[in-house]
Amino acid sequence: MTVTLFVPCFVDLLYPQVAISAVRLFERLGHQVVVPEGPACCGQPSFNTGYWGNECRDLALQAMRTMRDAEAIVILSGSCGAMMKVFYQELFAKTEHEALTREFAPRVWEFSSFLVNKLGVTDVGARFPHKVTFHDGCHGLRELHNKRPPRELLAKVQGLELIEMGAAETCCGFGGTFSVKFPAISTAMAEVKCASALDTQAEYVVSCDSSCLMQIQGMADRQRKPIKTLHLAEVLVQT
Amino acid sequence: MSSPAAQFKADAKRMTADLRHRATIQTAMGKYEVVRDQRKRWFQDWEGARTLAARTKYEAVNGLDAHLTQFTQKLEARGTKVHWASTGPQACEIILGILKAKNAKVVVKSKSMTSEEIHLNGALEQAGVEVVESDLGEFIVQLRGEPPYHLVFPAMHLTRDEIKDVFEKKLHDAPSNDPEELTMVARRQLRRKYIQADVGITGANYAIAETGMIAITENEGNARLTAALPKTMITLMGIEKILPRYEDLALFLPMLAVMGTGQALTCYNTMYGGPRQSDEADGPEEFHVVLLDNRRTLVLADVEQRDALGCIRCGACLNVCPVYRNVGGHTYGTVYGGPIGSVITPRLRDLQDWKHLSYASSLCGACTETCPVGIDIHHHLLRNRRNASAPKTGKPSWWQCQLFKIYGVIAARPGLWRLITKLGRFTQRFHGLVKGTALDPAQAWTKTRDLPPIARQSFREWWKEQGAHE
Repeated sequence: MTVTLFVPCFVDLLYPQVAISAVRLFERLGHQVVVPEGPACCGQPSFNTGYWGNECRDLALQAMRTMRDAEAIVILSGSCGAMMKVFYQELFAKTEHEALTREFAPRVWEFSSFLVNKLGVTDVGARFPHKVTFHDGCHGLRELHNKRPPRELLAKVQGLELIEMGAAETCCGFGGTFSVKFPAISTAMAEVKCASALDTQAEYVVSCDSSCLMQIQGMADRQRKPIKTLHLAEVLVQT
Repeated sequence: MSSPAAQFKADAKRMTADLRHRATIQTAMGKYEVVRDQRKRWFQDWEGARTLAARTKYEAVNGLDAHLTQFTQKLEARGTKVHWASTGPQACEIILGILKAKNAKVVVKSKSMTSEEIHLNGALEQAGVEVVESDLGEFIVQLRGEPPYHLVFPAMHLTRDEIKDVFEKKLHDAPSNDPEELTMVARRQLRRKYIQADVGITGANYAIAETGMIAITENEGNARLTAALPKTMITLMGIEKILPRYEDLALFLPMLAVMGTGQALTCYNTMYGGPRQSDEADGPEEFHVVLLDNRRTLVLADVEQRDALGCIRCGACLNVCPVYRNVGGHTYGTVYGGPIGSVITPRLRDLQDWKHLSYASSLCGACTETCPVGIDIHHHLLRNRRNASAPKTGKPSWWQCQLFKIYGVIAARPGLWRLITKLGRFTQRFHGLVKGTALDPAQAWTKTRDLPPIARQSFREWWKEQGAHE
């Protein structure tokens, strides 16, 4: 299958190894990866801030048009995935582009869900002999309902022990522009999250969202907490 | 006076740094979650119950005109006086009018968030009437001169020592910090007031259109005493409290108990159908129902957010909200705190003044996931943001518009994106000089958190290089 990879802006700039891991993993599984010369962003920052005009729509339209013929569009973020799969439909509701969003949505896949629900793979041949805990990104969990896919994938990783944290489903406090508009609240939420992750004594916090991990790692590093974070793709690529 | 937004930010900063507060609330909510989940399992099909509840409330709200007519006709048929109030001040005036006619000096009240919404206590006290809150939590926060902290648990932020202190100071009666002893102090005080009171004021949990009844659910029996002992009873309720049928209570009473407090059913559930009838032994001689709009009809007129009127004030969304759990109930600066409050306050008050509440959310969706009546809470926060920022319905901020426009232009053009990537990589070398200081453009982030650098090779650069090798 040809996998069209949409690499979100912050993954491109700050976490290229996440996308590189995904490319290598798909190739290992025998799929061809293409990365379209399209927009670098799905438009979520302006959408979530309430700016639903052309500053947001132009990016969304460009993304949909660039990937018009793609068989499967895989996004390395539950949050950007939710934007493209769920919120584009609200953004363009009752406009001439409504049909385009409805045609686009079923072809959009969040990374873990794509592996499990589309490709039907749970064992990707990975080996990672470490204790990990998993953080559910809110958009992946509650907009895309991806509770199980990442856990099914982790369960098949050789040597990996998953220790669930109490606050697995509690928001890390990132929330896009929220994290800088209300830094005090965002920071407190990150502290609660980090404390729960530390309780598990896991070596790694794994998630499908690099944005959450930026928040968790950023907090842990500043407070010198022994937390290391990895995107699921970075775990699954290990052999 | 500072704006509500500035006040919110200042209070949020103070509260999020209060680790004792954080521990108190996290622990209390953790316990709540355990019992809530136990009781939820008593339902054969919780999700089915939620769907039914959502449908019933939507039916009630959609047909509000007909339901309210039926409700008031039934009430009046049994001798209840029904009053309509468009605004908070009107409702206060109506209630004051009744008190004056009765020459009332002392009023007991059972729990009513709607009365908080219209600042009834202040209005009554200003008119020289003594008002006593009879719900224990409300009694405590009234002594402290505070608004309730939570829709359901008004005094949950207080320790037993703080309660002992306020009892000592205000009542001169606090034998110890033992909850049972403190409760007995409150009970002695309140018993006297029930007997003294000329009028009892209650809220309503539900209003049954079919039978013309007010349903009140409580754990202390205080609402029953408030309703039964004084000669005159007044119920203040928002018009959205309607349920179409009596049998709807079979779902809504346990649902409210489970989500509100983690109980299967609250201790006292009472239906009030009118003043004492000629063949009845007790009850008030006069019964007044005050129906309050106070901009609820504006929510009703908005098809997109109409479901927000279905809220049964169980507080479940507050309990799971990571923002609420860190900033606490008083920070919101408005009677309805937490996620649902952030949805409806910009409507019930003013969108521009209160839009910050809709922004003060990571949009995590825990509220929507838990809401027993299926209100699309976190998406409504998003829609409030849109309404507040769209040129037609709100006031877009000039600089944010420009920022998103510029970002949109850059993100849409791969060549420009590559250029900005390189530029960012170059300028970040100097970031260390200002990192975390007031000069740092990323200070809001870097003051408390580390920020990863732009990678030496971005993914797009790597991908291009791969293509070049092939």
